[in-house]
Amino acid sequence: MAKTDRRSGPTRRTVLEGGVATGVLLATGIPVGAKPADSVTAAALPTPVPTMPMSLRINARDFAVELDPRTTLLDALRNHLGLTGSKKGCDHGQCGACTVLVGGRRINSCLTLAAMHEGDEITTIEGLAEGDRLHPVQAAFVARDGFQCGYCTPGQICSAVGMLGEARAGWPSHASADVAAASVALTDAEIRERMSGNICRCAAYPNIVAAIRDAAEEA
Amino acid sequence: MTETKTSENRPSETRNGIIGRPIDRIDGPLKVTGGATYAYENALEGTAFGYILGAAVAKGRIAEIDTAEAERAPAVLLVMTHRNAPAQPDFGPAVTPTVPEVFTRARPALNSERVRYYDEPVALVVAETFEAARAAAGLIRVRYDEEPGVYDLSGHMADAYAPKRTNAGFETDSVIGDFESAFAAAPVKIDATYRTPFEHHNPMEPHATLAAWSGNELTIHTSAQTLANFRAGVASTLRIPPERVRIVSPFIGGGFGSKLIAHADTILAALAAQVLQRPVKIALTRQQMFANAGHRAEMIQQVRLGAATDGRLTGIAHDVWAATSSFEEYCEQTAVFARSLYAAPNHATRHRLVPLDINRGEWMRSPGEAPGMLAFECAMDELAERLGLDPIELRIRNEPAQDPERGVPFSTRNLVTCMEEGARRFGWQRRNPTPGSTREGRKLIGYGMAAAIRPNYIGAATARVAIDRDGRVTARLDMTDIGTGSYTILTQIAAESLGLPISSVKVELGDSRFPRTAGSGGSWGAASAGSALHNACNALKERILEAAQSSEASPLRGANATEASFADSEVRIGQRSASLADLIRRIAPDGFEAEGSVAAGAVTQSYKAYSQHSYGAHFAEIAVDCDTGEIRMRRMLAVMGAGRILNAKTARSQIIGGMTWGIGAALMEQTVLDPRYGHFVNHDLAEYHVPINGDVPEMEVVFLEEHDDKANPLGAKGLGELGVCGAGAAVANAIYNATGVRVREFPITLDKVLPALPVIAI
Repeated sequence: MAKTDRRSGPTRRTVLEGGVATGVLLATGIPVGAKPADSVTAAALPTPVPTMPMSLRINARDFAVELDPRTTLLDALRNHLGLTGSKKGCDHGQCGACTVLVGGRRINSCLTLAAMHEGDEITTIEGLAEGDRLHPVQAAFVARDGFQCGYCTPGQICSAVGMLGEARAGWPSHASADVAAASVALTDAEIRERMSGNICRCAAYPNIVAAIRDAAEEA
Repeated sequence: MTETKTSENRPSETRNGIIGRPIDRIDGPLKVTGGATYAYENALEGTAFGYILGAAVAKGRIAEIDTAEAERAPAVLLVMTHRNAPAQPDFGPAVTPTVPEVFTRARPALNSERVRYYDEPVALVVAETFEAARAAAGLIRVRYDEEPGVYDLSGHMADAYAPKRTNAGFETDSVIGDFESAFAAAPVKIDATYRTPFEHHNPMEPHATLAAWSGNELTIHTSAQTLANFRAGVASTLRIPPERVRIVSPFIGGGFGSKLIAHADTILAALAAQVLQRPVKIALTRQQMFANAGHRAEMIQQVRLGAATDGRLTGIAHDVWAATSSFEEYCEQTAVFARSLYAAPNHATRHRLVPLDINRGEWMRSPGEAPGMLAFECAMDELAERLGLDPIELRIRNEPAQDPERGVPFSTRNLVTCMEEGARRFGWQRRNPTPGSTREGRKLIGYGMAAAIRPNYIGAATARVAIDRDGRVTARLDMTDIGTGSYTILTQIAAESLGLPISSVKVELGDSRFPRTAGSGGSWGAASAGSALHNACNALKERILEAAQSSEASPLRGANATEASFADSEVRIGQRSASLADLIRRIAPDGFEAEGSVAAGAVTQSYKAYSQHSYGAHFAEIAVDCDTGEIRMRRMLAVMGAGRILNAKTARSQIIGGMTWGIGAALMEQTVLDPRYGHFVNHDLAEYHVPINGDVPEMEVVFLEEHDDKANPLGAKGLGELGVCGAGAAVANAIYNATGVRVREFPITLDKVLPALPVIAI
């Protein structure tokens, strides 16, 4: 019988140690956790997590937060800023559900730390509509039924908005016949290729392509 | 390009014309703005974050677990292991006494030193933040006494046994006539063995739960397809009455069968929240989902077909050997569809299981038909070629007059029409029956088709509907919308029934405080919940009419109700009419409420007297690169006969989703179980390939005009799984037609095609 001694996950405890004890606060000022109840069976009062101040500009609004430096941009949005529209599908940059726009470029927000985005102009799905007026890509997704469960949808839409910008700027793709061409004809094949970083397990793909085609034609 | 051809589905068959109309999803604006709140996204003050640590061996026991360092880590509130977890019942027997108990049994977590499968939870860390919990989980040291396990289906076929029943309670075996003699005597025969791999559901939303106690009442925000199952499962695991558990699940980020029962995230969040006396949220990681949230089992399927030279089948046999878990049996009903699909005087179907040291398989979209038809409909294609018959003609020659095994009539069966209509629209006559003979440049082009069949189920369901003094209607039921469009079609059903615009109807789902339904699973959601709501609306209308005739304040007092109708926001009795809102305000300032129900299909006379299925035909065109073997989809078409279509837009979306699952099963989906260590090697979305946008071609969906009055009051039948059934076989058959290479081990990846490709000179 084999004896196995395995240790899983990150072990760089040094990262955690020696920090100043600072409370973890939501941007809104609501404490993330209250003091644990007396009945806790585990260790009594835990050591606080070391945090660092960050200022993030999201959807044209400034947020000042104190966060664990290990916090990804995605977890900052979802767990600390109340912006839960960006989704966690894999946490490894493999599904695209967390796609947001940084400076107009689409990125996987699970693959980047919040601390790396001070001063950046971040746009999430919550920042695309103007009041009750949906962004043309959002409206096209509704009209074309470009989703079912809706979980990949914010990422698909942010990705589509970023992608349309890339196409307007003339960026070629694997589907482009002439990578040196000055402009991109956004064919269905181009849309499919450029949207292949966003998985939709419900598989609304033909509808997503139709929605993006509509939005591109409208623009 | 991808237009839906749904004009056959006339909305005019109903007076108000709302049912069937392709209206946009009611929940669309919420979903495209990020406003739809999924389980993990609920915010409760004081919520702590949990992170699960999974076992690093597949079989054995925990000899030692050192949590001291994790407990001292910053912001850690609790480290729970089998040593300190609250007491739970034992897991129980591998087979529950009845089918429903599969869904309600206790599923304890961290209650034993035993490890039953790789990545089974061995510890839970709860901390003030997600980052702190995850980091501390990495500080736990576990020493295992590892035991040898069994992780290889084909190497342990000698251990195969016959289960007492399959999933959903079907008979394990079926026999009609004498297959073996018929097969021996058949002038034309096919004996082909196919392998279908482990697959994983991979809904985009990982399984997640936020649990909070208030006194002895537990509220669980989770991602659940069927709330009643979760409620019962949580209650039996925590040993509390179900009434003290509330399940809330208004939005579900996909389920596909993997969210029919509560998993470790739910149980551990509830336990930790109890210990800490504060809300706790836990999500499985994508990697953890592979071991902890169900899979479709690997199978070996032997299909034997005996036929006369004119193509008439004399014998059909479908034998299935599938992997199962050593501690909890799951037998997918893989060969059951073959009992109803084609006529033959001799039938035999068998299911056998080989126990492995893995977690239990779960109901993955189209359980039974998805893997079963992948094999069987390829075998039919092989037989057609052997006979020199067109694959559609072969199927038409074996069209049964009644259910071949049950001997009862079909409620509706338009399989032949689906195939003929599909052939016409697809240009099937252009298919060259000689494989490998159609080329466009360096691409080999192939056409393939397959039939689709899926049983129509209906589950017991109740709905409550209320109308207020302003004529606004609220319908409540514990049904869920997992992306299927439940919110939308239920809104249409209520609006249609009550003669109101959809803007006057609000449908509230996903709360176990609402009347119980069958939930979403087995393609029965729309029929079950929809029929219950239809009946609830009828009950509400009766109450309104009764009061309208008798109430002194009613403008319709004394009217003769034999000719009553609700349309255009008005109630009409005979020649007299009144605005519905105005009427309610006068006769019932507090409004009215009514309930309606449907019984489970299995107990109804109609279900016993008729064979009830949805049908369809799939067509696929593919291109295979003759130099690299790269396989690309070119287009797909499905023609479906599935009863009345409740919303042409969401129905089409369900079918194209299913067709894409067919592409996945045929071409890429496979989880590899390591035969040495018992873990799923490719346990993430980089290595487990699901179809992406670039894999999916133009798709056309056609719904035949159909109304199955035997099925339910709506005439509708299930759609959620029909699109998968046979779709993969159509793709596989197209690859054969393109290349002449028959791959019987799924998925059909290019490495399996390339060595056998014909050499074509440049």
